Amino acid sequence: MSYNKRLDGRKFDEVRKMHAKVGIIKRADGSAMFQIGDTIALAAVYGPRELHPKFLQNPERGVLRCNYDMASFSVTERKKPGPTRRSTEISLVTEKALASVIDLDLFPNTVIDVFIVITQANAGTRCAGISAAAMALAHAGIPMKDMVAAISVGKVGDKIVIDLDKEEEDFEEGATDIPVAMTARGKEVTLLQLDGDVTKDEVMEAIKVAKKGCDEIHKIQTKALKEIYKNE
Amino acid sequence: MTGLILNEREIVIPGDKIASGMDYLPGNGAFREEEDIYSLQLGLVSLNGRFVKVIPLTGKYFPKEGDIVIGRVSDVGFGMWMIDIGCAYSAILNMRETPEFIDKGADLSHYYDFNDVIIAEVTKVVRYKDVSLTMKGQGLRKINGGKIIDITPSKVPRVIGKQGSMINMIKEGTGCNIVVGQNGKVWIKGDKVEDEVKATEVILKIEHESHTQGLTDTIKKMLEGN
Repeated sequence: MSYNKRLDGRKFDEVRKMHAKVGIIKRADGSAMFQIGDTIALAAVYGPRELHPKFLQNPERGVLRCNYDMASFSVTERKKPGPTRRSTEISLVTEKALASVIDLDLFPNTVIDVFIVITQANAGTRCAGISAAAMALAHAGIPMKDMVAAISVGKVGDKIVIDLDKEEEDFEEGATDIPVAMTARGKEVTLLQLDGDVTKDEVMEAIKVAKKGCDEIHKIQTKALKEIYKNE
Repeated sequence: MTGLILNEREIVIPGDKIASGMDYLPGNGAFREEEDIYSLQLGLVSLNGRFVKVIPLTGKYFPKEGDIVIGRVSDVGFGMWMIDIGCAYSAILNMRETPEFIDKGADLSHYYDFNDVIIAEVTKVVRYKDVSLTMKGQGLRKINGGKIIDITPSKVPRVIGKQGSMINMIKEGTGCNIVVGQNGKVWIKGDKVEDEVKATEVILKIEHESHTQGLTDTIKKMLEGN
């Protein structure tokens, strides 16, 4: 079961074409779009604002609340709208991937709401969502110690590849998918999930590859954030 | 390598390294990690002696003592009003801080009711959290008529200009009565709707091009244009 050439002709460590834009939602405090290949994620940030119901408030620090959702038209087979077991899990891991860089101590009793919508899906949606959300948070002026970028790596056949698309994910008996989120400066891993069979060495290799991918994403994020002030 | 890595007025995003070494100190919007100073926000680098600051370009309003703000009554309580001034927390206006004398036990909604819009001054801020307002002072009152537009709070100084030069120019050019709250809310009232529309256009243009040079001339031309 060898995988010598990628289905779409990319190199094994080549990321799909990326595009990012900041400030796409006017009424939100911060917003961003992140596209990687055919996967498009939109993120909107509201807050810090008062949190209701009151029992959810934390008088020591603010609360980060993420909501990940796939639009019903984002996949080939219509997705039933509304939260699912999967989207609840992704909302939670996104929250944990971003919470460590945000200075929540400054806003006790408040909430920062992050809404992520996938408008077009072709694998790697949670990673695109995190990359978009990090930009939206920065655009909302929320104090952050670092930026976060995320990318999926995986094992297809016997090769470690970066940024799998849907076709690769379904390759033969299915690929091993490892979404990784990292901070830009410290290269601290803030998200690491794994679905499939790999050896220890392969995981280490995968994280090394992800580091390179996250660097590329961070460059795109920086450019998009600075671009909004460089018009005219 | 020690010293400043980025120059003044350069745009930074969270996590950008601004300076290295102990010669500089982190101010607002920046923090130190080991030897280096990094940005905490999306903004412009600013130097004040040895202090490295980041002036935010976006974000919510953070109340400061002495700010004139425009707010909306969101709740009427016992002896005070809650005012929504567009920051993370509601501000409190005590009944003793109004220009009118109010009897104990009077119906407070008789003076300021839900959704009334007021101009007030921030008197006390504790950790951004407890914000107190007063309405005793010149020009502080309930406002009627006109329209309110929202701009980014960090761009308010540009709309006002040096000693109010920009805002006075707009007032003269359009004949409108304009009050700019530090929280990014701008109240515009003119005799004619066209005047208000004109003033709105001009203010939104300033907000959009606040970081460019020669803005005053552009606005002057725009006001004289028609």
